Amino acid sequence: MRMSAVTAMQYRADFLLKGIISLVWLGVALIPLVSVFHQRSSVRGWTFPEALVVVGWFSLMKGILEGAISPSLTSVVEHVRKGTLDFLLLKPADAQFLVSTAKFEPWRVMDMLGAVAVFGYAFHTLGHAPRPAAVAVALALLAVAISVLYALWILVVSASFWVVKVDNLSYLFGSLFDAGRWPIAVFRGALWFLFTFVFPLALMTSYPAMALLDRLPATTAWVALAGGLGFAGVARLVWRRALAFYTSASS
Amino acid sequence: MNAVGTSLTSLLGEARRAARAYPTLLRVGLSEVVAYRAEFVVWILTTNMPFVMLAIWHAVASDGPVGRFGQKDFIAYYLGGWVIRLLTSTWLVWELSMEIRAGTLSARLLRPLHPLFAFSAQHLAALPMRLLIVTPVVAALVWLAGDRLAIRDPRILLIFLGAMVGAWLLIFFVMVLLGSLSFFLESAVGVFEVWLALFAVMSGYLVPLELLPAWVGRIARLSPFDSMLAFPLETLIGLRSLGTALRDLLTQWAYVAVLAAAGLSVWRRGVRRYVAFGG
Repeated sequence: MRMSAVTAMQYRADFLLKGIISLVWLGVALIPLVSVFHQRSSVRGWTFPEALVVVGWFSLMKGILEGAISPSLTSVVEHVRKGTLDFLLLKPADAQFLVSTAKFEPWRVMDMLGAVAVFGYAFHTLGHAPRPAAVAVALALLAVAISVLYALWILVVSASFWVVKVDNLSYLFGSLFDAGRWPIAVFRGALWFLFTFVFPLALMTSYPAMALLDRLPATTAWVALAGGLGFAGVARLVWRRALAFYTSASS
Repeated sequence: MNAVGTSLTSLLGEARRAARAYPTLLRVGLSEVVAYRAEFVVWILTTNMPFVMLAIWHAVASDGPVGRFGQKDFIAYYLGGWVIRLLTSTWLVWELSMEIRAGTLSARLLRPLHPLFAFSAQHLAALPMRLLIVTPVVAALVWLAGDRLAIRDPRILLIFLGAMVGAWLLIFFVMVLLGSLSFFLESAVGVFEVWLALFAVMSGYLVPLELLPAWVGRIARLSPFDSMLAFPLETLIGLRSLGTALRDLLTQWAYVAVLAAAGLSVWRRGVRRYVAFGG
């Protein structure tokens, strides 16, 4: 972890540039939202500041994804391709743990700062702070959300054991993830199903936001919790299978 | 005088050579696309953003039209936008910056044909495959919102075709410009990402220009981004009148000329520098 920070700080100009790019992206992410709520004061029961809370969670999750989860796992793909994964597997610690903590990109902290600013503005506009209990539920859901996000990534990476060219898949992942900045209520039919159960964006951004806004039914929270844990379990299983499939460089 | 004559002859010779090689290059490009079809499909799937935006605006417009846009107009707008984007986009920046950094561009420079010609052939060759992919969406567009299409008027159709060619060229030369930055910068791809973000907002890819916050919309209409997507798209679905469309066509081709000049000059300067330290 400290190594990553040191490496990143070596390229200070780059660090700054990337931080700025993160903030520009956040601004760009806001423009469609502003356009929509410029036309209507509420869309499917969501007002502008409430939707902003979802954007805040989105930015937070994106920061976590691109700062902590995806750089490490992208390096796994590299290992698989070159056959150097052997060195990692030989170490006496759990391989999944090792590969997922290999690399961090500290400038993604900017994303999280942006998220905090968005939360601040949203709740300032709403005129009240979230209740402590709501914050607690939201934090619990954040933990679930991170584990689901991580599980999804593990699944994508496991795919690299079979089809080596996976950088394309990671772009697909990113582009689907972008839809998470919208409250799940705006989607209907197939997209709603996709983003709730198959690629659970609702769990990652909408539900924590709803918890923070005090409008998440308790049953949904419990189901989300159980579903999230189930997802992580499945991902672990798939990872084990994928490792068994990996035949190292020599064979 | 004599020197001008010689360079003109050599230029003509080069053009003739390029024209002769072009069909072969197109064939090579086509088989490349066929070979990497899985990646091609994944790439298509990553362009899902218009469909998400369509779902959102469709929900917004369920209780009455938004400005000039009813639900049907949004369908026409986003499906049409996706089709145009797919037919005009290139991923030249990645290739150029990779080849420049890995040094494989040298091989291309040795060939008796301008590398940019070869690149353009490669990208044109992907068009048949892309046409195949967009066909179902075009069918859906005609079926769901066929009466919104303005190109039944042959004059509009002509302008639309000109606009598509212009948009392709414009995007191609922007890619040449950005890709050539790799000769000078290490993070040209970072610059490209900023460009992509601007494109998404300013070209009407995410939100129709007239629904953007007013000041963003005004800037967008003056920028070349308008010519890259919004202009052909809004001509297609009849949001721009014949007169406006004609004027915008001229603007677009002026932008093509400017960006072609800029892109080629950066390219030429870059190649000189590249050769200088590549040896």
